[in-house]
Amino acid sequence: MNVVGKISDPLASSLAESATERMARVAAIAAASVDAVDREGRFPLETAEALRHERLLGVAIPVELGGEGLGTAAVADLVVQLAQACGSSAMIYAMHQIQVASLATHGVTSEWHRTFMRRVAGEQLLLASATSEVGIGGNLRNSICAVEVADNRFSLTKDATVISYGANADAILATARRAPDAAHSDQIMVVIPADGNRSLERRSVWDTLGMRGTCSDGFLLTATGDAAQIFPKPFSEIAAQSMLASSHIYWAATWFGIAADAFTRAQAFVKAAARKQPNVTPPGALRLSEAAAKLQEMKGHLVAAINRFDTARDDDDDLSSIGFAAEINALKVASSEKAAEVVRIAMLITGILGYKNGTPFSVGRHLRDVTSAAVMISNDRILSNTSTLLLVSRFDTSLGA
Amino acid sequence: MIDRIRALLTGNPMIPIDFETISDNANLYDAGLTSFASVQLMLAIEEEFDIEFPEEKLTRRTFSSIANIAAAVSELTAESV
Repeated sequence: MNVVGKISDPLASSLAESATERMARVAAIAAASVDAVDREGRFPLETAEALRHERLLGVAIPVELGGEGLGTAAVADLVVQLAQACGSSAMIYAMHQIQVASLATHGVTSEWHRTFMRRVAGEQLLLASATSEVGIGGNLRNSICAVEVADNRFSLTKDATVISYGANADAILATARRAPDAAHSDQIMVVIPADGNRSLERRSVWDTLGMRGTCSDGFLLTATGDAAQIFPKPFSEIAAQSMLASSHIYWAATWFGIAADAFTRAQAFVKAAARKQPNVTPPGALRLSEAAAKLQEMKGHLVAAINRFDTARDDDDDLSSIGFAAEINALKVASSEKAAEVVRIAMLITGILGYKNGTPFSVGRHLRDVTSAAVMISNDRILSNTSTLLLVSRFDTSLGA
Repeated sequence: MIDRIRALLTGNPMIPIDFETISDNANLYDAGLTSFASVQLMLAIEEEFDIEFPEEKLTRRTFSSIANIAAAVSELTAESV
């Protein structure tokens, strides 16, 4: 009886396939709507629905809590897959996975968060993040707003400059000061499900150059709830031990996927030219190999960072070390710059057909999407932070033998 | 050692903690020490004791309390004597 039930269950049959196979179907759906999402600056509903249908929102939740326990490398691969179809969709999936990583790393000791993780996997909830704030900007490790806790209930009001896909998320993980009298950097993170205890008032609209589908509007977020929704660990530890690395790795995976698709289009362009004129090397061919080298650098850096994170994962001292932070910061800056270079070269190769929208070689959207990379947490801010770290940290030259 | 560290850090404008009153074992990160302020703290200690922290000591744990800093400094100065 049970066996028959399982076989006829469409969800079970879909889970029997690898996450990669399921993501391939999602990517096809995302690719079909990417132009409309970009032009209209709307949330990629089709992608979100497909991610739910293919059960891809809970893949990184631990197995014992109903997920598939996928690690950083596997999740980053899924992000790369999706990014080749739609940059906004991939960034949304990446940001969701950053929140899942915080939960899976720092929520397993708390019963409330364990139950919530079961819900994320079971109901395929989409998670968003509210860290930036009016008066603070993008400085993650500072908050003005504070949670007020009384009788095991919390209340919070946060004027968030940006909550990416906030209006479409099933829950928001928000940072705030521990208490009204706490220091700006003495922060907690709290899980705020989209239910009757929460209100979102849109304060600004995301009308941007690229990444238009992330719908990163500004909101006034007001919430109350069970104090147990607050993570047991301080946000400083969550930021250092999971969020820093997972953000930079999944973002870099997004930019790598966007750059890779621009490269593929440029390659198709060169190949078409070569077919038309056999025995003549097309002028763009040289540039293509230049772009391939840069793409390879991006991939190498990303793989190295994932390995570095996996090695550090079980060692809190290593994870919170200055050297680790400096290395992961470097990934963000380097991959964001490199992605823009690859897409720019792809544009040079594809010429006017790449510049024009709606051709098989169009890379305008790629160029606009990837421009966000240098400004989402400004590279200058990150370089400045790293330069402080480098006052004491030495460069690790070992190749890992 | 502890008093010397306390005196050194008291009044450092880059580190927003009252080092005169905080206890030896109180968590400095909980008291508002950011990772960037902790670098200023490390530099001040290195200068004062003429030492250089090896990479494996550059962790959150080493700088999480005055007592931990003192322990690390003792270890490094003992080694260099």
